[in-house]
Amino acid sequence: MRMANNNPLKIAVASGKGGTGKTTIATSFALSIINDISESLLFLDCDVEAPNAHLFLKPQLTEEKPVEILIPEVNESLCTHCGECAKVCQFQAIAVLGNKTLVFPQLCHGCGSCTMICPANAIQEIPKSIGVLQKGTAGEIKFARGVMDIGEPMAVPIIRQLKKWVAPLEPQITIIDSPPGTSCPVVESIRGSDFLILVTEPTPFGFHDLKLAHQVAKDLQIPAGVIINRENGAFSELEDYCKEENLPILMRVPFRRNIAEGIAKGRNLIEILPEMSASFQNIYHQITTLVK
Amino acid sequence: MKQLVILSGKGGTGKTSITAAFANLAKNGNPPINAILADADVDAANLELVTRPKRLESHEFIGGEIAVIDPNRCHACGICEQVCRFDAVIPPDSSQAVYRIDPIACDGCAACVYQCPEYAITMQPQKAGNWYHSLSLYGDLYHADLIPAQENSGKLVTVVKQNGRLRALDTGAQLLIVDGPPGIGCPVISAVAGADLGLIVTEPTPAGSHDMERALQTIQHFRIPALVVINKADLNREKTAEIQNYCKEKQVEVLGEVPYDPLISEGMKQGLDIVAYHSTSPASQAIKAIWTKVLERLSLLGGAS
Amino acid sequence: MKIALTTTAPNLEAQLDPRFGRCAYVLIVDSETLEFKAHPNPALNSSGGAGIRMAQFVSDLKPDAVISGDFGPNAASALQSAHLPMYLFGDSQSVKDVIERFKSGKLTKV
Repeated sequence: MRMANNNPLKIAVASGKGGTGKTTIATSFALSIINDISESLLFLDCDVEAPNAHLFLKPQLTEEKPVEILIPEVNESLCTHCGECAKVCQFQAIAVLGNKTLVFPQLCHGCGSCTMICPANAIQEIPKSIGVLQKGTAGEIKFARGVMDIGEPMAVPIIRQLKKWVAPLEPQITIIDSPPGTSCPVVESIRGSDFLILVTEPTPFGFHDLKLAHQVAKDLQIPAGVIINRENGAFSELEDYCKEENLPILMRVPFRRNIAEGIAKGRNLIEILPEMSASFQNIYHQITTLVK
Repeated sequence: MKQLVILSGKGGTGKTSITAAFANLAKNGNPPINAILADADVDAANLELVTRPKRLESHEFIGGEIAVIDPNRCHACGICEQVCRFDAVIPPDSSQAVYRIDPIACDGCAACVYQCPEYAITMQPQKAGNWYHSLSLYGDLYHADLIPAQENSGKLVTVVKQNGRLRALDTGAQLLIVDGPPGIGCPVISAVAGADLGLIVTEPTPAGSHDMERALQTIQHFRIPALVVINKADLNREKTAEIQNYCKEKQVEVLGEVPYDPLISEGMKQGLDIVAYHSTSPASQAIKAIWTKVLERLSLLGGAS
Repeated sequence: MKIALTTTAPNLEAQLDPRFGRCAYVLIVDSETLEFKAHPNPALNSSGGAGIRMAQFVSDLKPDAVISGDFGPNAASALQSAHLPMYLFGDSQSVKDVIERFKSGKLTKV
């Protein structure tokens, strides 16, 4: 079935709660539609703290680029220890104590404020690596991801740079695998998307966090739909919520031990349940209609 | 007073389910341990869903600050846009002749504040969420919720833990049990700060073991002793064995394995941890054995200090 | 001598607060007269770098020594830079206990 789509389409996959199956669903979605579309498809793994999409898509990575932020380096011979840098820094990353000006790189956001303010021009900026970006292909699927360095606190700059780095690829369809949670890394990942697929599980934890994730979608004004994973009987609170909120339930994946075991062995959903491929293609079609 | 933090790297491995069971065993086990609970997963706080807390106090949490441009003072010179490294400045368009700050993109660095020649920009505190002190089935619970889309810099995590810690000092509690967030970034770093022991709950899937390795490296980066628990261990015996070997190579102790147990989910629907829901279920028995070892590693087996 | 130490309340009867960056109060006490001034921790609300902020704050108060239960790596670097000797409470039970032990050289120096 050929699906025509003229405007670039970005579909993000999020959940709120970790472990509901975001990556499993997002990668299976990509694998289902790639053979039926003529458009170019980019899979973007934005879960830079703990990226997993490569485990399902098994891409060949061909290009790499370090992610750097600029942090201050103080020239002590020019520094007058006036303390202006410490005053402007919002994060305590630079401090004047005794007759030394100390920089704490792990607290620095790389904003450049101290460098700009220094009246003695005693600060210059040097790049600090906080992670790496990687690009490649998995068959016809273009693949890119960011990986944060261990011990680094901030995922957002990496996600931001990742999106800039892949922009020249100009894919017609982008599927974004976002991190768990509902805070800044998730927002950075899903911003600018045309549609958000919320993957949930019919448990109190899953439902609680779905509502939070849905709120993020509403704040960012992104239309959303739900995929219920590991369904084992109806969870009425979830069904009622989706009805009240006009959240379409795009798909239901049943809970079955053989599926869990298959995933545990590293197989993707459509290898285990080939019939899901057609369901994902339908969802794609549904989404293109919903975003018009 | 000891601090135990429970992490996973990957979400959904069972951190919260196991933490809740630990809380139960601390209160009702042998020996009973006087423990305070802290839910550090402020992004998606679930511990309260299985510990039946009664709320005692509620506090607003002011997160970071964001820049706000006074439209009456803005001369549209564009310097703010030039200095902003976070794409947070929205230039004038057909609807507005002045510059504006995108509150979601704003990093709170205040570079624009100091560079604006008209002093048109100020930093304003943002309410980011609430934190709570509740009384759960198993003792004091400190938890929070972050308003969706807010920054999770770890500050709210710190506030939750700090209050838990102060309560522990006031009441002479022996242990602070911290249910940690997924990932390895700032909220996790805040959650592990000051921990005496980090317990990583993993599962025998490719993603579970991949992320466990990252969580392990993170804990070790901060010089905190780490232990591993393999949850849902029977889902893939081969993978479980791989994880066991990996941990052996890295000289990290695997405290135990917990079998996949559908009763955990059932208990959750009743708002109960697995030990409360079915104390002799396979998972409960495995968790009890693990808890005893946790106490040994924390040197708390002597009971009340 | 002027001693800075971290407590949970602004008086000499307060419990010792073991963490430097996240303490509730810092007391500046004269080790001979026991005259003191209590300051609430300005860094309590910092998301990161609380230890650094506290170190700057304490260093501006110009004590001769700083005593707490534990100093994080950032706080330790900062205080070292300010040439402020750091000591640990150890088993001390009270403010007066700490001061006595300090005077008799029984506290561990960092």
